Amino acid sequence: MTAASTEAKIPRARRSKSEMILRELRKAPLTAWFGMIVVAAYVFVALFAPWIAPYGESEVVSDEPFALWSSEFLFGTDQLGRDLFSRMIYAARNSMGIAFAATAVAFLTGGLIGIVSALLRGWFDQLASRLVDAVMAIPSLIFALMVLAIFEQPTILNIILVIGLVDATRVFRLTRAVAMNVVALDFVEAARLRGEKTPWIVLREIVPNIMPPLVTEFGLRYCFVFLTISSLSFLGLGMQPPTADWGLMVKETATLITYGDITPLLPAGAIALLTVAINFIVDWFLHKTSGLRDGQ
Amino acid sequence: MDLLSGVPRGQKIEQGGVAFGRRGHMHPILRTVLQRLGLGLLTLFIVSLVIFSLIEMLPGNFAKRILGQAATPETVAAFEKEIGLDKPAHIRYVTWVGNVVQGDFGASFASRVGYKRQVSDLITPRLKNTLFLASLTALIAVPLAIGLGILAALYRNSPFDRIVNSVTLTTISMPEFFMAYILMLFLAVKLQMFPSLASVDADTPLWERIYRCALPALTLTLVIVAHMMRMTRAAIINLLASPYIEMARLKGISKSRVILHHALPNAWAPIVNVIAFNLAYLVVGVVIVEAVFTYPGIGQLMVDAVRTKDMPVVQACALIFAATYILLNLIADIISISTNPRLLHPR
Amino acid sequence: MANDNMKQPQREKGSVLLEMRGLKIEGESDDVWHPIIKGIDLTLRRGEVLGLIGESGAGKSTLGIAAMGFVRPGCRFTGGSIVFDGMDLIAASDEAKRKLRGSRIAYVAQSAAAAFNPAHRLIDQTIETETQHGIRDEKTAVADAQDLYGRLRLPNPTTIGARYPHQVSGGQLQRVMTAMAMTCRPDLIIFDEPTTALDVTTQVEVLASIRSIVEQFNTAAIYITHDLAVVAQMAHRIMVLRYGNLVEEAPTREMLSAPKQEYTKSLWAVRGLAKPESPNEDAILSIEHVDAAYGNAVKILDDVSVRIPRGRTVAVVGESGSGKSTLARVVTGLLPPSRGQVVFNGAALPPALKNRDKELLRRIQMIYQSPDTALNPRHRIYDVIGRPLQFYHGLSGAKLEKRIIELLEMIELNESYIDRLPSEISGGQKQRVCIARALAAEPELIICDEVTSALDQIVQEEILKLLLRLQAEFDISYMFITHDIATVRAIADEIVVMNQGKVVQQGPKTEVLSPPYPAYTELLLSSVPEMDPDWLTNLLAKRKVANQ
Repeated sequence: MTAASTEAKIPRARRSKSEMILRELRKAPLTAWFGMIVVAAYVFVALFAPWIAPYGESEVVSDEPFALWSSEFLFGTDQLGRDLFSRMIYAARNSMGIAFAATAVAFLTGGLIGIVSALLRGWFDQLASRLVDAVMAIPSLIFALMVLAIFEQPTILNIILVIGLVDATRVFRLTRAVAMNVVALDFVEAARLRGEKTPWIVLREIVPNIMPPLVTEFGLRYCFVFLTISSLSFLGLGMQPPTADWGLMVKETATLITYGDITPLLPAGAIALLTVAINFIVDWFLHKTSGLRDGQ
Repeated sequence: MDLLSGVPRGQKIEQGGVAFGRRGHMHPILRTVLQRLGLGLLTLFIVSLVIFSLIEMLPGNFAKRILGQAATPETVAAFEKEIGLDKPAHIRYVTWVGNVVQGDFGASFASRVGYKRQVSDLITPRLKNTLFLASLTALIAVPLAIGLGILAALYRNSPFDRIVNSVTLTTISMPEFFMAYILMLFLAVKLQMFPSLASVDADTPLWERIYRCALPALTLTLVIVAHMMRMTRAAIINLLASPYIEMARLKGISKSRVILHHALPNAWAPIVNVIAFNLAYLVVGVVIVEAVFTYPGIGQLMVDAVRTKDMPVVQACALIFAATYILLNLIADIISISTNPRLLHPR
Repeated sequence: MANDNMKQPQREKGSVLLEMRGLKIEGESDDVWHPIIKGIDLTLRRGEVLGLIGESGAGKSTLGIAAMGFVRPGCRFTGGSIVFDGMDLIAASDEAKRKLRGSRIAYVAQSAAAAFNPAHRLIDQTIETETQHGIRDEKTAVADAQDLYGRLRLPNPTTIGARYPHQVSGGQLQRVMTAMAMTCRPDLIIFDEPTTALDVTTQVEVLASIRSIVEQFNTAAIYITHDLAVVAQMAHRIMVLRYGNLVEEAPTREMLSAPKQEYTKSLWAVRGLAKPESPNEDAILSIEHVDAAYGNAVKILDDVSVRIPRGRTVAVVGESGSGKSTLARVVTGLLPPSRGQVVFNGAALPPALKNRDKELLRRIQMIYQSPDTALNPRHRIYDVIGRPLQFYHGLSGAKLEKRIIELLEMIELNESYIDRLPSEISGGQKQRVCIARALAAEPELIICDEVTSALDQIVQEEILKLLLRLQAEFDISYMFITHDIATVRAIADEIVVMNQGKVVQQGPKTEVLSPPYPAYTELLLSSVPEMDPDWLTNLLAKRKVANQ
């Protein structure tokens, strides 16, 4: 008797990956589409900033500080007479790039240590977990403030490393938790019994199975990192002038709001729009992956 | 959501319940609470170590930085002696912790010869202001968020739920200062309902204080409500999916009784956790909102201290923020433990 | 089908209570609705017990709770009718259905531990339905509940109600839930696999209690299970379901003695297998006086000695908590013993996994209970079977692929499976792939940990046959851990009976399975339901005599 005769369920032909993605995209809700279009636009602006911006990043183009909106200076000028529209565009590049680098740092360190902790358990896990618990007891903005206080003048690299490492604790927590679930599964034990070494188990058995929650977390973490850096810059303790950064620009133009001028809301809104867009995409992705689980 | 330990909460409690029941010397609730308390203290201890050693890692000479590059070695040495920088690190740590326990955070670097400023004197009025703002926010936000969250969970996938979902998702993704400036633009500048700057001092009467704090409190409320509501909704939905809720429905129990009698007694732990998590989150929001509205709270103090590199103040503020966070989670833990039937009624 | 009742006058206990006609139910997954129940007719008379039997995905549970006019979230009625005592349950208002539930139709769920609210005392949950429906006042309800506890042979019927769900055992909880269902003296009770989560020795007690109370109150019942031997003890009439369709319906005795459909026969396929035992003095593995514990806790294994002859199967039998899986962990080196040793091919095995070399690891392979978790969902069959070939034998390229295909053919699959992911093949095929993975190492001993218990009967039979064939072909020894006696008969040469960390008995199959038995073996063997409608009655009578 062959297996096919009793298990008549013939598996349907496998669809290619790109087909699957296209199918999912077609079913994506409006909010997710909105999110994807916005993120694409931001990335485009960030990549081609020098070609889109009419003036240079820190070029003083007018003698008049806080000039009003005009055809010459679309969003007016700032306190030094620099073109705000151009600075908004350059800021996309700076703010997004730095947040991305910091998030990457967080995932590389936190993710790796998290998986190793879940796999090895014992004293390594205890040590890492206790330390992370302690660091997480200090809100990340407060921790970042404290660490940045020890630098004379925080450089971009300082900010990336500090924020990246602080957020690595959150990534550690999540990665450890999801990896722990995977480590408990029989196929990991089977690999161990086979005599596989730890790096192979991590890369081949665990990592592929924890990707969906980690991808989601990357989106959310990116938003948090972005907001933390913007907040720091807004407080004057993050990105330093003359670099164009949305958080910093809010701080520089903040006084205008008391005159009913909405200019400070532009860089703030730029941040809000991006994070909202990313959250919409993540929300859809979450719904997608959890929906599959419900369907069983 | 178990913020103090790496082990998923339910699992841990279950193991604890069985193990403690067998030993039977101490009531499992008391035992678990003591365990949590110890864990909280341990975390606080590590936090203090982390905070202290971070400041230790400071590159360059501290006193020189404060006194300026032109300071003579003698002045530097005298200053170091005055603020205790001449002793070895572990001695200073022990002294620092010893003093902190007694409420003495040492002298601010803003001190000069003959003009000593105590960190605790700087912090106390600011901390009161921040606690006032946070309590005001919590008073509005907690009932609002829990109520909305439960409603959204009960009417899942209804138009109400969908709208609330989109709105809150939008709100939580926005930076606090964006929300703050929008509110300021409309409510303070355009409508002139509230003052745009929240300047208060020790003598401001209560009602005046509430009026001046309206905008910062409103901003914080908007941010917190969104978070808290989403988490409440998720917790309740999770609860309503339990087999014993289905069983109650199949027993023909009325809808209101299913919610009140079957779901609610088991909902305390998740809801309390949501509240604790969000109140802790409030702390971060406070820093930004205080900066926007120039409110004289501890967040502003810390930002200023970071700017002027006044390390004793930075240390003290960080420690206070961390302690608040740990305390909130500890309270949440203790409430969840004491409403857990497995621990309340050991075998 | 409506005429079935004509053929069985002896079972006609009363008027028609429940009638389903052409019932259709659909379920949603990933935004697509697909049928779960595909047009089923069902008739139930007062006082009659109907067994619904089928394997996973048959729709039996969905059909069972549909009798209460209820569908789980994500499901919907799409056709047909359900009439309960003259009332159309699909058309009825929510309020009308609510009044019916609990009072006239009650439900007993599979997992009592999850179905009781952890926050309330058992007595309060037991009487909730009657007090809420206003049938009795609290005081008489409590007295009645205590009476029911007693009838269900719960210990301390007057005080057990004061306990919380986590304070009583699984078997007792299941009986409390039966009492809860019985409080309003409903016309109909739905039993949804009430004993599936229990050990066999506990199952017997629960089955006896349920049967006696249903008879005492002449309650109609729908008894849902996947175990034909269990339902044979409980039901007057049995319906066999498969993929949401009715396969066969007949009175119990008729169905057991003369099943009409091939599929029905396959439901007890494993019971048809019996391996002739053949002794072998040459031991490949011997476990000598092993103690083991997790951490410093209580001993899980206590002075365990087991001998596995070369090329034969030793079945390790026991209930949950007997230590049989821990024994496997000791052999594989995952849990080094605290005392004693394991001798493999004449040499002592290093106790810990990390001290065993590749060659040693290759010789002992393991197959798990659940093929879903034993296969990495991201690895294609090529990788799953290919890795041990690469790892132990250094194969690569065309040679590797050729060998993978050979192995696939050995497990009765073919080349076309090589690129598939585990999610793209059935449960039985997955277990075959697990076998191929173990086989790829060319082992001398394979530890099989409940390898068939997650599978449907007919697939179990195929897997067991495959394992036997491979044993004959390659002279592999099996250490076969199971709780199922039918499986033991099918595959074992020798049997080891374990209870609470100790070996109760070890010997050749025929010797262990025939009297005289040690007390625990007797209890275990006699508790396994047989394909005989009178089995439970006879067993209870026998035990009663023994106790007097």
